[in-house]
This record gives sequence, C-alpha cells and structure tokens, in this order.
Amino acid sequence: MPNTSFSPSIESRPTYAGLVPQGSAPSIMIADAEGAEAILDLVDRDAAVLDQAHLIYIPKGAKFGSKLAELGAKGYHEEASLDAAMTLINRLLATAHMGTQLYLAGSEGMMGRISALALSLGLPLDAIQMEHRGSIGRPMQCVHCKGVTQDVTTDPFTCSHCGLTLFVRDHFSRRLGVFQAVCVDAETPGVIPETQEITA
Amino acid sequence: MSKQMTLEVTEVEPLTALVTRFRFERPEKAPLPIFSGGAHVVVEMPDGEILRRNAYSLISDPNDASGYEIAVRREDAGRGGSRYMHSEVTPGTKMRISVPTNLFALDPRARKHVLIAGGIGITPFLSHLRQLDLLQQPFELHYAARSRDEAAGLKLLPKSARIHAHISDEGNRMDLGEILTGQPIGTHVYVCGPEGLISAVLDAAARHGWPKGALHFEAFASPPPGKPFTVTLAKSGRKIEVSASQSLLEALEAAEVEIDWSCRGGACGRCETKVAACDGQIEHNDHWLSRDERAEQKKIMPCMSRFTGDALVLDL
Repeated sequence: MPNTSFSPSIESRPTYAGLVPQGSAPSIMIADAEGAEAILDLVDRDAAVLDQAHLIYIPKGAKFGSKLAELGAKGYHEEASLDAAMTLINRLLATAHMGTQLYLAGSEGMMGRISALALSLGLPLDAIQMEHRGSIGRPMQCVHCKGVTQDVTTDPFTCSHCGLTLFVRDHFSRRLGVFQAVCVDAETPGVIPETQEITA
Repeated sequence: MSKQMTLEVTEVEPLTALVTRFRFERPEKAPLPIFSGGAHVVVEMPDGEILRRNAYSLISDPNDASGYEIAVRREDAGRGGSRYMHSEVTPGTKMRISVPTNLFALDPRARKHVLIAGGIGITPFLSHLRQLDLLQQPFELHYAARSRDEAAGLKLLPKSARIHAHISDEGNRMDLGEILTGQPIGTHVYVCGPEGLISAVLDAAARHGWPKGALHFEAFASPPPGKPFTVTLAKSGRKIEVSASQSLLEALEAAEVEIDWSCRGGACGRCETKVAACDGQIEHNDHWLSRDERAEQKKIMPCMSRFTGDALVLDL
C-alpha cells in the first residue's frame, strides 16, 4: 500500500510528501503498524540510510517487526506503545545534532505527536519527513475538555475523556499534533447526525 | 514606500579607513520607534540630480529609542551612495530616514542562533546581539574579515567567549564545516556578507543535512552600476533612460513613475514589476525571483536588476 493521498481540504490539513532517502546521514526513524512498509521501501531505494539510523517501531499488532530488525540499522528498538517509546524518542531527539534526518511513517497520531515534539525543539517543519501508511484513524482533540482521543475513524465520535459527541474537523494544530473536534449538538442538544466512517 | 522621518546626524565616527559610524536623532530629541534585531532603515541622499535611497542595517540597541546608528563602508567602485555618506554628511546634517523594516529577524522558534558575518555584513548582527542578550538565548557569532585594520566590527563587538573573529591574513580562516557540525537540534543559522560567503554557507549547510527552514541570510546588496539602457512604459509609451550609476527604480522615480518599494536590495519583493516585452537579457541581481521566473523574463525587480539588449517594455 503506498503513501495515502488525502483529498484536498483546508490548508491546515497535513499532507505527507513521502520519505526520500537522505543518504548515510545520522537519522531517527520512527514507524508504527503499516508504517514499517514505508521504511522497507525507503531502505530498498537506498540502504545507506541505515548506516547511522536509530529505528524505532511500534507494531500495534502488525507483523513487520522481524523484517525491520533484520535490516541492520545501527540501532533497532521495538516498543509496545508510543507512550512506552517516548523516553527513548525524547532522549534521541534532545541529543540530536542539526543535520540529523527525521523519518516518520505510519499513523497520523504518531506522526503528529513526534512532529509537534520536534517543532517544539526548534526543528523547522521542512526537516521532518513523513509518509502516511495504514489506518486513517485520526488523533482528535476535544476543544471543550482538551482530551485527545486516538485513532478516531467515525464522524461524529464520542470524546473518550468527557463523553461529548464530537464533529471531526480537518483543522489541525501543528503545535499539538492533533486535529480539532467540536461538539456536534451544542445548539440542538440530542440531535446527532448519523455516524459515518471517515475517508481519506 | 515606508513612512519617513527627518532626523539629524549627531555623531560621525570613523571606525576604520573605510567604515564610518553615523548616529541619527530626532532634532527635538523625541523618542524614535524601537525595532527588532536585524532591522534596516532606508536613508535618502539628495546627490546632485539623483535622489539616492540606500538601505543600512541598524547597529544600535533595538530597545533604545534615543537614536539610530548605522555603519557605512565606502565603496569607491559603487554608484556613489556610500561616497555621499562619507563626504557630505557631518554632525548637524538633516536627512530623511525611513522607519525601520526587518527582513532578517531572529527566528523565535530557534533554540540556538549561529550568526555568521563577513566584512561589513557584521552590521545586522550588532543589533541581533543586543536582542539575544535581552532574551538570554544561546548563540555564537563568527565574524570573518580580511585584516584587523579592515574589521570595523571589532570596535563594536563586546568581548565574549561566544564571539569569534576569523582574520584571514592572520591565518585564522573560518571553517564552515566545523561551525555547522555538532550544533544542537533547534539551531538556526544566519549569514550576512558578500554573495560568496552566503552561498558557501548555504552549500555547506546543505552538505551537512541542514534543513532550509533553519537557514537565514541577507545579502549586502546595493544596485550594481552597469551600462546605460532604455526602458519603455507600455501604458504611456514613454521611454526612460537609465544611466550607468542609476538603478532602474531610481530612474523610474526620477521620471515620477509611481512604484512601490521597501528594501531596495532585491530581497523583499515589493517593487516586482511585470515585463510586457523583452528583446534582450535581463540582468537579474535580486534574491526574490525564482530560477524559473528569471528564465522566463516576464518579471523584473527594478531596485537591483538591469537590462542589455534592444527593447525592454514594462507593464507600467
């Protein structure tokens, strides 16, 4: 499955250009679930990207772990969840030098969270390469309680923090790395549109 | 065109054989607008027939409203603006100065700032340093000059372990590879000086994998002199002569053709003008138009660019 192409929307909706090999420069690669395939494709195009790469993989039930482990990156780290991986990711990013390449591949939730972290460290957006693979589930922040619900695939959906019924918007916060969701029945309490699967 | 003020020259101090510092204050001593590090002003010089307007970086403290200071290097091969400053301007001279504009500000998202100056390109960094001191942000400054005698910045820079002078005739050349290696994540680079230095820094940064978004530059550009040429205005059919030491923008202004401008150095994009017809070659000297736009010859930046050939018709 190639890089997901999302239908045109408002300017704030991120699009992902896809990973382009940057040779043997020091790099941090982070992938979750089907994002592994984007890393495999990247290595296929130029195996030198592995020379100084820390590769972190969060399988989320996908079966690519052994393939990634066999690639022979300078460091390979498989983690049970993104939360569990954050200690390592924070340390790698905080001690990285300018010129380190950042490759992110997989879900919008992971890419949004890591790119927001990298931006907060002063890395410009053009330094972050991203490729979307797999589920189109979105990280949605409830604008009312500020809680984030991960992997949202329906519109509307129920906030996992405060229980409001929320409308899925394309409005994305780069600072937070999440989409914004607003109460769908604020003005007509109880009148909830039919639930639909979101599409790319 | 920016708002202008009439200011009085209160200090003229030679820093080196070629570089002189000028201080401007309001005649009535009222406060001036404060600015941000890297800002410049445009100074008007009534030089005989020609009204020159040159942009100079402010070197004084951005938070000091009592005066503006600039440092001007005399360019004997230039068109005459810097010679005018050196020969005609004395304490008491009143001059028209624009309000400050900034095309070279510090990026507030950066965690560390690496400032690289060549020669008179030190000037914008002098105000950056004041701002960085106030913000208490990490930085390092690398200042390259040919010789200690020519290095005007040495008189104006504070003593600091973070400020490095690279004097080439003392064998202490700047090593860009070393400067750009091992910088912590979130470092941004700023470079000002001759074209050669700017392209060397941009090339070295690309080789070391730096993202473009972390690179900032300002060329110290004044319009180069060249061969005289003629332009035709499409709407009126008027023909305007541009002399050897005049820019196209200055020639248009002298002919009272209204044209918007700001930096007069080919960086801001304000004076971009459509070309209706071009039989010849535009000498693009700006940093605004893209490679493709230059090749098309359908746009020109009159502040910097010239023309050679049979006919240039502007959509004016």
